[in-house]
Amino acid sequence: MGQPRAIFRDYPAQESLRSDRSAGDRARHRHKVREAIRDNIADIVAEQPIIGRSGDTIIKIPVRGIKEYRFTYGKGGDGDGKGEGAAKGQEQRAGTGDGTTQEGQILKKGDQEGQDPGGEGGSEEGVDYYETEIMLEELVEIMFEDLELPNMERRRMRETLSERNLKRAGIQRAGTPATLDKKKTLRSLIRRRLAGGTAHLTDPPPLRRDDLRYKRRKPKIKKESNAAIICIMDTSGSMDTTKKYLARSFFFLLYQFVKRRYRAVEVVFIAHHTTAKEVTEHEFFHKGESGGTMISSGYKKALGIIAERYHPDVWNLYAFHSSDGDNFSSDNEAMLECAKKLCMACNLFGYGEIKPWGNGLIETFKKNLPGKNFMPVTFDSKEEVWPAFKKLLGKERRANSRTPQQVKEAEDA
Amino acid sequence: MPDEKVASGKNLAPQAEGADWSMTDLVAWDERIRVLVDDFGLDCFEQEFEVCDHEQMLGFMAYHGMPAHYPHWSFGKSFEQQKTYYDLQVSGLPYEMVINSNPSVAYLMRGNSLCLQILTMAHVYGHNDFFKNNFTFRHTDPKGLLARINVHGNRIRDYMADPSIGVEKVEPVLDACHALSLQISRNPAVKRLSREKQEDRLIDAANKDPKIDDKKLAKELGKPLLEAEEDLLILIRDHAPDLKDWERDIVNIAHQEAMYFLPQIETKIINEGWASFWHHQIMSSLDLPHGTRMEFMVRHHQVIRPTPGNINPYHLGFETWRAIAKDALGLSDEEDDGGPLPLLGATGKEARQAMFNIREVDRDVSFLRQHLNENLMRKMDIFSYGPTQQGDLVVNKVSDEENWQSVKQTLLRQVGMGGVPIIKAIDIDVKRGHKLKLLHEQGERELDPEHARHSLNHLFDLWRRPVDLETKVDGKAILYLVNDEGFSVKE
Repeated sequence: MGQPRAIFRDYPAQESLRSDRSAGDRARHRHKVREAIRDNIADIVAEQPIIGRSGDTIIKIPVRGIKEYRFTYGKGGDGDGKGEGAAKGQEQRAGTGDGTTQEGQILKKGDQEGQDPGGEGGSEEGVDYYETEIMLEELVEIMFEDLELPNMERRRMRETLSERNLKRAGIQRAGTPATLDKKKTLRSLIRRRLAGGTAHLTDPPPLRRDDLRYKRRKPKIKKESNAAIICIMDTSGSMDTTKKYLARSFFFLLYQFVKRRYRAVEVVFIAHHTTAKEVTEHEFFHKGESGGTMISSGYKKALGIIAERYHPDVWNLYAFHSSDGDNFSSDNEAMLECAKKLCMACNLFGYGEIKPWGNGLIETFKKNLPGKNFMPVTFDSKEEVWPAFKKLLGKERRANSRTPQQVKEAEDA
Repeated sequence: MPDEKVASGKNLAPQAEGADWSMTDLVAWDERIRVLVDDFGLDCFEQEFEVCDHEQMLGFMAYHGMPAHYPHWSFGKSFEQQKTYYDLQVSGLPYEMVINSNPSVAYLMRGNSLCLQILTMAHVYGHNDFFKNNFTFRHTDPKGLLARINVHGNRIRDYMADPSIGVEKVEPVLDACHALSLQISRNPAVKRLSREKQEDRLIDAANKDPKIDDKKLAKELGKPLLEAEEDLLILIRDHAPDLKDWERDIVNIAHQEAMYFLPQIETKIINEGWASFWHHQIMSSLDLPHGTRMEFMVRHHQVIRPTPGNINPYHLGFETWRAIAKDALGLSDEEDDGGPLPLLGATGKEARQAMFNIREVDRDVSFLRQHLNENLMRKMDIFSYGPTQQGDLVVNKVSDEENWQSVKQTLLRQVGMGGVPIIKAIDIDVKRGHKLKLLHEQGERELDPEHARHSLNHLFDLWRRPVDLETKVDGKAILYLVNDEGFSVKE
């Protein structure tokens, strides 16, 4: 017999023998994907329908930058260039058909893939970027890695006892073996021997129970700040679908950010047109309204809620308002009045203006709200949502921001 | 484009758990298969089969079948992609994965049916025979393969663990090596000339040419490159001025690996066709239970069916090999019932010998050039296509009397290493800071600019001195330049 017997190796019964060699490389790849996503967040926020989705939604996002490159052909001669209307110099490939293929038959309409700048039109690997699937939750986490709420931890801290964390607090004479302090124990042994004059003996007295020292631990008291975010959105008639979408995108980012970063933060949603009411998260992100606009109604509602539930002495407060700035002019005075009060009460009052009608309110606000804890941003398209959001919460802002106290002091002086 | 998978995979829907076989069954069927392998005169290395689960199979696929392979994020990417497809049931797993080592190692997935296991084993013996006998694999040293991969893997893992080097430094070197690894001498049968031999050649040429005086010759002999170098990783390993020892080592490892993959790329169609031809022959000759036989016919059809608009190497290879066999046996298409061919008698032996000769001396390009005839081209409805200015993909030629040869030329250009442009280093200018000059040896096709830019940047990561590449766009020569200031194009 020419062929020697084949060797068969059965599937190992124990899991430990089935090692996962790829784990490290998968983690490394994942890491690179995250980096690529972070580099492209503005595009992703603009392009991906993430608004109002729950955290376990899986979304597909294009990732640039981790594609592998090699020298390859893009364009190339058509040989004799006979193909009618053939793009000059494009690559030709061969394929098999079902037996009925005709000259001039269209294999694929070029609406999507054909525009591919890589020019790989016909080949299987025609995608110029690499698509990955990611849970919304994970995406949000990546997005907010660099951001933090400005002026946090200023107001009085609430002290909470966190049970998991213990801190060291000296030594004690009784304890469990796990908490034995070997160094201190030996030191007390040596001290006893020296005191008893037995230290020089070749066979000194052994360790006694009295010598044992244990580390003492006590629960750590963690200081947590109280924070509340007040989201105010203009839902009036002039806020058309696009504007509402932009405003919601903005608040969605804000809400996701706050929810992930600060477990103890409370969030209040207020929707207003000529009157305002407090709504649920779902209503805020999904319900539409119409009617005229009186921005002061939204601010008054916010001030009411602050007075009722979140005393500014104890709470770090953040208020964000999004509108197209199309306010009844008769309301402007009341609006500014309330805005000033909001500025006084809050660590930060952010105003996001979307595609303003006429001049909008940005200038009015800027003129009348001198404090640095007022932050106006504008965004006209979905591409601008993320930069605006970053401007509001990014590190660069915090560097030169002042607290309301400082503003107050400055004004008093 | 060549795909660099070691072993050839074929996608099928994943099998449910709860297999209908035991190890004893596999051994017994292997016994029967080997009798036929002997009868047909296939010449194989010793064979080992390892039973694995689907997660392991995904892992083997990502690492080209070699679990001890050095780590790199691209394998993680490959794993994730395969796993996503598998989880979404877009594609199944390949039911065959063979490594061209000696002894040959192949994996059998435990979730597969008995029929698939038998089919896989029969198919694997076909590959095994091909690996052992085809000329392109002769230099691959299959005996030492697994040990070598292991040693290379450990060395790179050591560099990654070394606190003075670390993953962050090793990774860009591997990234660059991977981008350049297919820029390699095409024909492994052509031996590289040593520096001495190259010098001798130069001196001989100078002696015959009175115009070259001693001074000129001495200048020529003093150059780092005496002849154009097609092997870019070798060029970097031997001439890059600033590489550290560990970097040179990694470049060398990557080059050896590329040398191992080259024959796989060059023989995809002929090799898959060969294995499919023999699994069909063996399975049709085995006394299979009725249900298994029916399943085999379905599976076999799934393997060798054409993928519309593309080339399925199993399909093209199988049809071509079968035509060769029928031709050698003197059978016409009408006499072919699709069953096993009479390859065992005296005429059969002669036909087999003719086939064995072809499997020894051909790779995809030569195999198709000689054996893919008009009749086969028509039967498989092979056509050529390209994008229009609107970006539509349009068929421009079909295999009719007038155009089949043109279509065939298009096909021949895309098989094997045909999709990889030839780029040669033609000069290292020592006086100008080791500036490297590259030339794209151009046919009709142009370089993809995006890929060229990134690949050159990778090259610069290792060369670390200015590099320029000459190529043509719309018939006009242009230079791609990369230096400390980045990438630029000069018309």
